[in-house]
Amino acid sequence: MNLHGVSAIYRFEMARMRRTLMQSVASPVISTCLYFVVFGSAIGSRMGDIDNISYGAYIIPGLVMLSLLMQSISNASFGIYMPKFSGTIYEVLSAPVSYVEVVLGYVGAAATKSVILGIIILLTAKLFVNYDVLHPFWMFGFLVLTAITFSLFGFIIGIWADGFEKLQIVPLMIVTPLVFLGGTFYSINMLPEIWQTISLFNPVVYLISGFRWAFYGVSDVHVGISVAMTFFFLTACMVGVWWIFKTGYRLRS
Amino acid sequence: MQPDISVKHLNKTYGDGFRALKDINLDIEHGEIFALLGPNGAGKTTLISIICGIVNLTSGQVTAGGFDIVKDYRQARKTIGLVPQELNTDSFETVWDTVSFSRGLFGKPANPAHIEQVLRDLSLWDKRDNRIMSLSGGMKRRVMIAKALSHEPQILFLDEPTAGVDVELRRDMWNMVRKLRESGVTIILTTHYIEEAEEMADRIGVIRQGEIILVEEKTSLMSKLGKKELRLQLQAPLEKIPGELTLEPVELSSDGYELIYSFDSQEEQAGVARLLRMLGDIGIEYRDLRTRESSLEDIFVGLVHE
Repeated sequence: MNLHGVSAIYRFEMARMRRTLMQSVASPVISTCLYFVVFGSAIGSRMGDIDNISYGAYIIPGLVMLSLLMQSISNASFGIYMPKFSGTIYEVLSAPVSYVEVVLGYVGAAATKSVILGIIILLTAKLFVNYDVLHPFWMFGFLVLTAITFSLFGFIIGIWADGFEKLQIVPLMIVTPLVFLGGTFYSINMLPEIWQTISLFNPVVYLISGFRWAFYGVSDVHVGISVAMTFFFLTACMVGVWWIFKTGYRLRS
Repeated sequence: MQPDISVKHLNKTYGDGFRALKDINLDIEHGEIFALLGPNGAGKTTLISIICGIVNLTSGQVTAGGFDIVKDYRQARKTIGLVPQELNTDSFETVWDTVSFSRGLFGKPANPAHIEQVLRDLSLWDKRDNRIMSLSGGMKRRVMIAKALSHEPQILFLDEPTAGVDVELRRDMWNMVRKLRESGVTIILTTHYIEEAEEMADRIGVIRQGEIILVEEKTSLMSKLGKKELRLQLQAPLEKIPGELTLEPVELSSDGYELIYSFDSQEEQAGVARLLRMLGDIGIEYRDLRTRESSLEDIFVGLVHE
């Protein structure tokens, strides 16, 4: 195992985060705060409780998930896309590092950033809304697993993308709608039956439901299913990454 | 002693069916400077990229430092430093950080003293805290070399190291390459500046359309294929070559003022003396004479246009 190599990539990526602190940390924190102000404090006070939880508190898990998914994808996809774009990827390809080590470095750093960001957002939320975490261990577990899964997904997007536009398409056109329609702002039990069924095809429903269960003990789907689905996505992304390195897809001709 | 690089029956066909390399066989010995010459698109960069692990081989076997580049890729790659043709550098990192990054990536523990030495040798020490994007093209080229040397490789690949580099930096780079060789590093450089190969290399390989058409010691290549030319400036113009000289390889310039005699450089000067005696006997006067040895460039142009 080339631990020096993993650590070099990891530290390189973390240094990039420090350089772009405004973009990587401040901007998602600010936009999430705006959600809390508008939906939590301003409108939330006029909304009824859902599952006996105040509306402001109810939306916290979903909003944290939104940032976590977006940032994991964009951190990891940018991390691997930039060397491809600038040509510096030659060095990683010619280095004595295995693909597992490359992924550990890039995805590890992207996931670390997302977890740090998630925690910052949770702490910031305390300023606006009062909430407690019923199962902190599970909450942290979901946070870490989701960060890793979507960093892997972002890594795949970064390899696949051959232009900056493609980097943005998936987070903006696919992930954002799925999160909004995945029960961030409502319980899917509030929907007409047909839409409840359709919602179950939205993978994000399981992530948010499980995460919310860790906070308040209530969920749209059973927490066991959420855990299973999270591991299923993780495995799917790992297979995708494995295939990329196996075939050299868009990396080695 | 086993060669530092050994390439056996190497073939590369790209996805679109293009055969970039055809049955390449090549050994590069420890401690030599090997120049790979060839026109653009001949396969120089593909060959280097395969040895360094950037491009997958289609068939054949390659070892670096005695290790198979596919089966023992870790060991093989640790022995190699690569300076690619393009100036592919990070922008926002400092010189120090990017060179240290390369060392770590190649599996070596941090060694600030070594990094300092590399940066000093390449006149980059004063720039160590500068961001790479603030450096000139020549300085960036030095950074690329520093990155390649950061992990103390036994074999160094320089792909077109002096393309677009000013004369001063080119001289510096040549000096650096010689110093590296003295310290025991094997150097493989590709170039299409013949001057560079002539100046630096111990051996020369010529690649054309994906095939190695020749590998030779530079000196024997030059003497084997080299031609010499004697040009005589005549006092009075000749209308045609005099009958006595028609058996000799002599040409007359179009204005009739110059006789050009070509001979193999191995043939010593016997032919020249004979020619000069004959001219004296016939009574042709000349006011000046000069000889010229064909350069590697002439040889090269001759080879690739065969």
